[in-house]
Amino acid sequence: MADIKEIIGKVCPDAIFEENEKPFAVVPDRDWHKVAEALKQSGYDWLNAVVGEDWGDEMGCIYYMSSSSDGAEVSVKVATADRENPMLHSVSDLWDCARLEEREVFDFFGIKFINHPDMRRFYLRNDWVGYPLRKDYDENPDINPVRLYHEQPDDVSVTYKEEADGSVKEEKVQVFAPEEFVVNIGPQHPATHGVLRFRTSLNGEEIKKIDLVCGYIHRGIEKLCEKLTYPQCIHFFDRQDYFSALMNEHCFCMCVEKALGLEVPRRAQVIRVMMDELSRIASHLLFFGTYCMDLGATTALFYGIRERETILDILEETCGARMTFNYNVVGGVREDIHPNFVKRVKDFIAIMPSRLKEYHTLVTGNVIFKNRLKGVGILSRKDAISYGVAGPSGRASGWACDVRKLKPYSIYGELDFDEVVMDGCDSFDRYLVRMKEIEQSLRILEQLVDNIPDGDYCAKAPKIIKLPAGHWFQEVEACRGVFGVYIDSKGDKTPYRVKINGTCLRLAGVVDHITRGSKIADLITIGGSMDYVVPDIDR
Amino acid sequence: MNTFDFSIVTTWFDNLLNGVMPLWLTTVIECLLIGVGLILVYALLALFYIYYERKLCGAFQCRLGPNRVGPFGLLQSFADMFKILIKELIPINNIDKFLFGLAPYLVIASSFTAFAVLPWGRGLQIIDFNIGVFFLIAVSSIGVLGILLAGWSSNNKFTLIGALRSGAQMVSYELSIGLSVMTIVLLAGTMSVTELVEGQEHLWYIFQGHIPAIIAFLIYIVAGTAETNRGPFDLPEAESELTAGYHTEYSGIHFGYFYLAEYLNLFIVSGVATLLFFGGWMPLHIPGCEGFNNVMDYIPSVVWFVGKAIILSAVIIWFKWTFPRLRIDQLLAFEWKYLLPFNLVNLVLMLIVVAFGWHF
Repeated sequence: MADIKEIIGKVCPDAIFEENEKPFAVVPDRDWHKVAEALKQSGYDWLNAVVGEDWGDEMGCIYYMSSSSDGAEVSVKVATADRENPMLHSVSDLWDCARLEEREVFDFFGIKFINHPDMRRFYLRNDWVGYPLRKDYDENPDINPVRLYHEQPDDVSVTYKEEADGSVKEEKVQVFAPEEFVVNIGPQHPATHGVLRFRTSLNGEEIKKIDLVCGYIHRGIEKLCEKLTYPQCIHFFDRQDYFSALMNEHCFCMCVEKALGLEVPRRAQVIRVMMDELSRIASHLLFFGTYCMDLGATTALFYGIRERETILDILEETCGARMTFNYNVVGGVREDIHPNFVKRVKDFIAIMPSRLKEYHTLVTGNVIFKNRLKGVGILSRKDAISYGVAGPSGRASGWACDVRKLKPYSIYGELDFDEVVMDGCDSFDRYLVRMKEIEQSLRILEQLVDNIPDGDYCAKAPKIIKLPAGHWFQEVEACRGVFGVYIDSKGDKTPYRVKINGTCLRLAGVVDHITRGSKIADLITIGGSMDYVVPDIDR
Repeated sequence: MNTFDFSIVTTWFDNLLNGVMPLWLTTVIECLLIGVGLILVYALLALFYIYYERKLCGAFQCRLGPNRVGPFGLLQSFADMFKILIKELIPINNIDKFLFGLAPYLVIASSFTAFAVLPWGRGLQIIDFNIGVFFLIAVSSIGVLGILLAGWSSNNKFTLIGALRSGAQMVSYELSIGLSVMTIVLLAGTMSVTELVEGQEHLWYIFQGHIPAIIAFLIYIVAGTAETNRGPFDLPEAESELTAGYHTEYSGIHFGYFYLAEYLNLFIVSGVATLLFFGGWMPLHIPGCEGFNNVMDYIPSVVWFVGKAIILSAVIIWFKWTFPRLRIDQLLAFEWKYLLPFNLVNLVLMLIVVAFGWHF
């Protein structure tokens, strides 16, 4: 804490430091950019989350930053009292991932970011009235009816440039010139893995620029959570990155348990971790299948699905569902494991290594496959951190960013497994990292399957869960990267603000950067290797 | 040789008609009959191929494939055909209507004409040119025109990219096909389809020409896969990139024509490979084994031809369901930098083999 006080205090003497679970500072807007720069230079170079919030008297953001090497964390609050024309300074020049995160904040809170290069709506339509996550937002459906006409794509964006004298000037920015050949990859497209849209400017087969358009399936989960009690919120977390459903639930429950100070029984911890690792394998298997299918090798999909089916059967027996489990509850898990669970997991661990070998024989060694992947979509370690590309994709760029190792949660600290880090930085390594992570997850399962302790599978949680006033941020390692949940509570039985922070937005956001100058076919290769899931972007 | 010769039937039929009606009427009736027969065979073969590929790929993918309609799912293709026949042709705004309508017919006409020249069996052949193989290659390249037109007239960016890819791909790979065919023509000393088949009475060309013929076959089967736009060379319709490539905008039977032509081109490519390398409709003969050869002769020549072609198609289908797709620059580099020079060297090699009489 002293260290942070020193760094921030040097550039901003007005900063206020508050006691919280993580070092927390409140910084006035005029010094914010300097503070961010100082923090980045002192090693807090990973922007985990940008949480926009309306506190009532003021609006602003909480920025969560951490060190990309040792996981030390810091959070900074920047706010403005102006509700008519709120403006904050952008940090998109320091962290590339802030470009999309700040657009999201603009979209939901109407906060304009000074010096941000492209201040357009991100999730909502261009003609949306109002900013829905503000507390004074008018929900009357007459204001924003279901519009039955097409949204006109807006090729002109604005930027708010700060002059030397401190005044802010609005400038127009051209997204695509009228003569450019712009192809819509998506929203309905087989390779975007959901309703995601890349407006791609082409020069022949070569990609010049990509404009990411999101929000086709945005469900406003963050807004919905504000009206529901904590146990009711949990089921939404299945419906984001639906392949990491159990991890997402785990994350939210941990955040609530942390706020309540609730101790989770050991048996529940072990079950949760086993479920997490099972779903990680299932997710990576599906990645293997769909990725090969994107590249035209359809048969591999069925090989991957075959083994994934075994996992889903195991999960179904215990959780009662195959996709949207709703299995974690505050304090533990909803049901005890099925009597068959241990035996079936053991059977699975026994067959999986031979199946992995089969995949490698069919796909990994193939010359065409290698030629399509090797050297395609180079993402350097520096860019991976700047774009916030964590998870397997970041680890393929040589960045050891596994939250299970960096900030161990649950029982991961006691387990013996390796963090798979490769430094090829290309699509081939992103593919291999995932295949190797399957092996590591199998190792974790092997250690736990015979050591599930007896005891309660759920702690006694209060009947009506009310969190004390305050805010908490919790992260877990989901299948595609870091998954974070921010909860702000005013002491009620419903959260005041929930922010869900998945990695997929960053994975999709980096595509523009690494596809420039490559072929359309490479867009598919790169997009597939990032393995984003659209509901995690459109929360 | 005790194999049945189909020309006996056709000559008898011709004489029968000539006996009762004038010559011009005979010709018209015969042309019509041949046309109807061809269309029927064409359609039935396509249906068979759809079933065949689905069953094969099911086996590759640990699935059963179609098994609900009819015994073993045999009627599935018929059900699909009727479905596609009654489907609506969706009219699209802002397209070149004439070219849009013309394109599928060009594609199917090209594949149909190539189909007509194939030697089906002893005496079962529609026309016997002295430039038969040359004609085959010539008409099969008309298909690319249809694909380019389809892509252009749809007024859609995906189709345009698909069509341009297809143009580049087919024009490139036609070179390889042409050269590998040339290699065999060099060995056979003829372009006539009948003479090509008869030249393989005792030994198939792939054995006669040994090393250069085997190389030519390998090149042919790769280039042929590319020519039919099938995986791993299915870039023009790369589903995950261009949705459906040049035929994205087509619906109903117009789409059906593209689909049909694709399957029949698969048969034609395998048929030509059979003709050039595996003896056409000639039975398998091993020099010196009289008994074996006589048994082989009892199998009708049509069965030999179709059987060989279908087995060769299985190889091409196997490619598709195993390999990932190439990228366009890799595809073109593969043709121009590797296949083509290799092919030219192989042609010279064949020339040497033939000149010195080193073939069997």
